[in-house]
Amino acid sequence: MKTVHPLSELKPGESGVIARIDGSQLRLRLMERGLLPGERVQTLKRAPLGDPIELALEGFRISIRKQEAKRIFVVREDESK
Amino acid sequence: MNVSEKRLAVIAGNPNSGKTTLFNALTGLRQKVGNYAGVTVERKEGVFKTNGAEWKLIDLPGAYSLAARSPEETIARKALRGEMDDLPKPSLAIIVVDASNLDRNLYLATQILNMGVPSVIALNMMDQAEIAGAQIDADTLAAQLGVPVVPMVATRGEGIEELKAATENGASEPPMRPWRLDDESEAALSYVSAALRRVHEEASDAELDSEAVRLVSGADSEAAAASDEAPAPAVKRAVDEARSALSENGHTPETFEAQARHQWIRSVTAPAVKHAVGRSENALLSRSDRIDSVLTHRILGPLILLAAALLAFQAVFSWASIPMDWINAGVSALGSFVGGWMPEGALRGLIVDGVIAGVGSVVIFLPQILFLFFFIGLLEDTGYMARAAFMMDRFMRGMGLHGNAFIPLLSSFACAIPGIMATRTISEPKDRLATILIAPLMACSARLPVYALLIAAFIPGSAWVKSLSLTGLYLLGVLAAMAMAFLFKKTFLRGEAAPLILELPPYRLPSWRTLFFRLWDRSGEFIKRAGGMILAATILLWFMASYPKLSAEAEAVYETRLAGAQSETETAQIENDRAAAAVSNSFAARFGKWTEPALRPLGFDWKIGVGVIFSFAAREVFVGAMGTIYGVGKADEDASSLQERLQGAVWEDGGNKGEPIYTLPTAVALLLFYVFALQCVSTVAIMRRETNSWRWPAFAWIYMFVLAYGFAWIGRAAVSAFI
Repeated sequence: MKTVHPLSELKPGESGVIARIDGSQLRLRLMERGLLPGERVQTLKRAPLGDPIELALEGFRISIRKQEAKRIFVVREDESK
Repeated sequence: MNVSEKRLAVIAGNPNSGKTTLFNALTGLRQKVGNYAGVTVERKEGVFKTNGAEWKLIDLPGAYSLAARSPEETIARKALRGEMDDLPKPSLAIIVVDASNLDRNLYLATQILNMGVPSVIALNMMDQAEIAGAQIDADTLAAQLGVPVVPMVATRGEGIEELKAATENGASEPPMRPWRLDDESEAALSYVSAALRRVHEEASDAELDSEAVRLVSGADSEAAAASDEAPAPAVKRAVDEARSALSENGHTPETFEAQARHQWIRSVTAPAVKHAVGRSENALLSRSDRIDSVLTHRILGPLILLAAALLAFQAVFSWASIPMDWINAGVSALGSFVGGWMPEGALRGLIVDGVIAGVGSVVIFLPQILFLFFFIGLLEDTGYMARAAFMMDRFMRGMGLHGNAFIPLLSSFACAIPGIMATRTISEPKDRLATILIAPLMACSARLPVYALLIAAFIPGSAWVKSLSLTGLYLLGVLAAMAMAFLFKKTFLRGEAAPLILELPPYRLPSWRTLFFRLWDRSGEFIKRAGGMILAATILLWFMASYPKLSAEAEAVYETRLAGAQSETETAQIENDRAAAAVSNSFAARFGKWTEPALRPLGFDWKIGVGVIFSFAAREVFVGAMGTIYGVGKADEDASSLQERLQGAVWEDGGNKGEPIYTLPTAVALLLFYVFALQCVSTVAIMRRETNSWRWPAFAWIYMFVLAYGFAWIGRAAVSAFI
């Protein structure tokens, strides 16, 4: 059984595949912007003050706050294989 | 050709897709900027010609979807559906798509196509896509989507002619929603369409279908319900049924569209896009990531941001003062030229001191606006602005704002006018309003002469103490701004905290053409929108200061004295006395005397009141006004004669008659008053313009006056107790 982790727990450089996003409004907003379940996401870095975080997705870079990252659940890349 | 005969085309697309560049390339300077009725969303409109026709072109606000939660999305959707009061239904949508980020951009694009709007896709930034390693076959894509696709590089003008040709050929109506759910869910959706049909008889099937999808996915969203007319009861019932049908069939009502649409987009782009290298290698993004390893580095990043901010600040604060001095000199030269040529009298006063000086006070802002927007344009077009917001977000959140409020607030240290205009980069309306309301608390460059005069004259101690006082005044403004923003966001500007979803676009070279258009727009708009009001206010203030004239007897006394003057200094002294007497007699002075009881608790006499009123034209006018009232002729902030006059001024009546007016407590009170008071007619004018109502400038003026009065009173009391 694959375990899911909040995206906020990924360290810079780690990646995973989005499993689910909690909160229907947040989910819609993120999905419209290309953060969909099934997409691979990598945490690139944290902002100098620790928050928000920069995410790398296929074809673009996007930044969200930790608060939102806590509601995105991913299967870590090494565990998804 | 008549204006009404022009067909309407709209440009739609994601933010950062090059919409505005394309708009500029098509329309050139035949464009104007305004607002959509009732909202603060910017509306750009222009005309362009194809071989056979003339088109009216509207640049719709950038959006990621038509789900209509933000004002931008709502306007884009309404304009496309022909629901805007002052716009016909568009004959054509030019959908700008960033080729280097194709799948994501096609989300909005296909939503528009599925509404049945005749469209052409402008496949922009083909050069970037190539760097990213993607070869896009436009013909295959066109066949898949059912509308013409024109590959282009708008910044270099490539593909513009082809786009015009495609526009001219008239795009055929795109196919209806091509992605489908299971039969039961589809049946439920078509019930919604049927219910909608009864309300909207003349709408097309595609329009009804896309509206049905939108309603079903957003029916529980409070924001959507509040921003739209509530749907008819029959529609609402059908929507509720559709939502349960979808849930029963394993879909999530809110996101079934996003899920299905993305899936479908993948199937469309797969045959049309060939990746030169392995899919994981995207040179465009890896190049950008390498730049970011420096520019958003944990330590280097903030330092570079600080350096960039200081540079921009320096430009607006000090480089802009060079052309501003030219303008000042030019305006006074023009004034004396015209004044020398006209006969003396009321008309000369109106033209020279009213109109020419008034126009001068409008034009004087242009250098700062141009310098600031040059920098902002550079930062935005290269993609650095998003990084600045990324780095400053945590800090700005302390005040309840997003990172993108940082640059407008920083700009306001030079001048609140360009600062408030720069708040347009803030997409969240409440955040934008909060930023506009606190921007005038940043100590702008016009406060500096006032601070300098009063500190030099009345703050005792070494130069070190004086510069520390100056720093303290700046800091006080910042702290007050932070506190007020926090307060506003906690009270009447409270809203559901919008999540930050900040795009960090790949770094790009700026386009000088786009930069030029931006400067052109901003300055033209400032002159047109705020200029008239500033001019009118300046003329009004001139009138209040100049009328009524001294009586004939009073004038005669000065004439006799002048005739008997022995030296030039004596003549100058008499002229100064006459000017002072004229001011004391003016409407402004009467108003100042009338307000004196209210100002007395702060230790201000009516002369200070008059200076405060005059400085409503611009704060630095305070210095000149005090000079006139105290009869020191041409006053300058470091003119020691004015300082001496102020130090020697005494109360003319009341219980403390004969005592000096400018005691340390009073000077402190006056300084504090200028830290907070919204003493600037131009800022009020631009607030009115940017918020589309008098309500917010009135509110800002009142809250800042209350702060000013309160702090001045407390400051005076505190200093009095201390000494």
